[in-house]
Amino acid sequence: MEEKKLLLEIHSLSEKLTKPVRFMEVCGTHTVSIFRHGIRQLLPKNVELVSGPGCPVCVTDDVYMDKAIAYAKRPDTIIATFGDMLKVPGSESSLEQAKTEGADIRIIYSPLDSLDIARDNPDKKVIFLAVGFETTSPTAAALTIAAKEAGISNLYLLSAQKLVPPALKTLIADKTVKVDGFILPGHVAVVTGLEPFRFLKEEHQIPAVVSGFEADEILTAITFLLNMVVNNEAKLINAYQAVVKDEGNPVARSVTEKVYEKADAAWRGMGIIPLSGLCMRDEFSSFDIEKVLPLTVKPSPKTTGCRCGDVLKGVITPFNCPLFDKTCNPENPIGPCMVSVEGVCAAYYKYGRASFSFE
Amino acid sequence: MCLAFPAKVLSVDGAVAKVSRKGVERAISLMLLPNAKVGDFVLVHAGFAMEIVDEKQADETDALLAEMNGAPRTVFSL
Repeated sequence: MEEKKLLLEIHSLSEKLTKPVRFMEVCGTHTVSIFRHGIRQLLPKNVELVSGPGCPVCVTDDVYMDKAIAYAKRPDTIIATFGDMLKVPGSESSLEQAKTEGADIRIIYSPLDSLDIARDNPDKKVIFLAVGFETTSPTAAALTIAAKEAGISNLYLLSAQKLVPPALKTLIADKTVKVDGFILPGHVAVVTGLEPFRFLKEEHQIPAVVSGFEADEILTAITFLLNMVVNNEAKLINAYQAVVKDEGNPVARSVTEKVYEKADAAWRGMGIIPLSGLCMRDEFSSFDIEKVLPLTVKPSPKTTGCRCGDVLKGVITPFNCPLFDKTCNPENPIGPCMVSVEGVCAAYYKYGRASFSFE
Repeated sequence: MCLAFPAKVLSVDGAVAKVSRKGVERAISLMLLPNAKVGDFVLVHAGFAMEIVDEKQADETDALLAEMNGAPRTVFSL
C-alpha cells in the first residue's frame, strides 16, 4: 500500500533529524483529512503537525458576526450564507439564534443561489455573507458581476474575504510560533498559483509543499518536507499537479481584482493584518451592504477563556485550552474552532483522542 | 469551506455548464473557467468550475469519497 510505504519513508527520514520538527497544515480541509486518516498519530514522535489559520469561519472575528446578526434582525433583510456560519458565536448571539427568533436566513450552496433569492424577493434586501479565502473570493466577485449585469439592485455582500499569504507572513514573524515547513492549501493554490507563496523560500528559507487532500497526498507532502529539512534545503513544491497549475487560474484572479482591492483585515486571534483581506472597489459600492446601509456594532469583549486565537496560530493544541471538552463541545461551541466542521477544535474533539499504530 | 469535487461537463450554454457527478446532474457557472469544454473533468467549488483536472484525479476522488461512505476499497486498483 502506498500509504504504508510513505509512512516507512517518513519514519526512516525522521531518524536523520537532529531536532524535532513542526509542520503546519494551513487549510481546514487538510486538518480534517489528517485527523480522519489518523496521520497525526502515525507520525514519528519528532515530527509534529500543527494546524494553522485555514478555516475561514474560524478566523472571522466577532465584529463581523455581530454585524451579520444585526443585519439579519432587520425585518427588511434576508441573509444568504454557507451553512457553517450559522453556529458561529458573535459577542452575544449567533445567526442560528437570530433564525430561531424569526430572522430570515437561507443556507445556500453557491453564492449564485442568492441571485434567485433576490429575484424572488424584490421587496427585501438580500445579503450574501461573503467569507472565505482566495478559493471563495472569485465566486463572490462573480456573483457581484452577475448581479450587476442582470440589473439586480436588491442583492448585497457583507464581505470579509481574506488572503492566506499575509497571514503566513504574520505567523512567521510571531516568535511564539515555530514552524519548520508548510503544507499549503491546495484549493487556494488552484486560484493563486505558486507565486504568492515564493516568499517562504526566498525570504524565509522555509520548505513548503502544495498538497492534495487524500492520505497518500498528505503523506507525500510530509515526505517532501522532511527530505528538505534533512538536506537543509528550502523549496516550494507543487505536489498537487493534477489539479493545481503553477500559474493558478488567471481568469478567477482577474474576476476577483475587478470587484475587490486589498485592504487590512481583522483575523480572530491574530488582530489586524495589513493588506490581508479584500474590500469591494468603489465601482461596486452599491453592492456593499456596509456602504449602502452602514451600521455600527458595540464592541463587547468576551471573557470566556476561549483560546481559539492561540489554537489558530498553532501555539497551543486544543487539549491545552481549559474549555475544551468541558464547557466547549460541538453541541455547545464557545469558540468558532469548535463550530465549523473544519475547525481545529472540532477535529480534535471528533478524532484527536484515538491512537493508531501500523506494522 | 474550500471543499471541491470533480465533475464531468455534459453541455455548455454560454457561461453555464451542465455537469454530472456519479449520475447526479447540476448546473454550474463557467465564469471562472470559460475555456472548459464538453467532456472535460472540472473541479467544482461553490457552484463554479475552478480548474480542469485529469480524469484519473476525478476517479480517485470519487473512489475515496465512496470509501468514506462505506464502499469497499477500490482506489488502489485505479
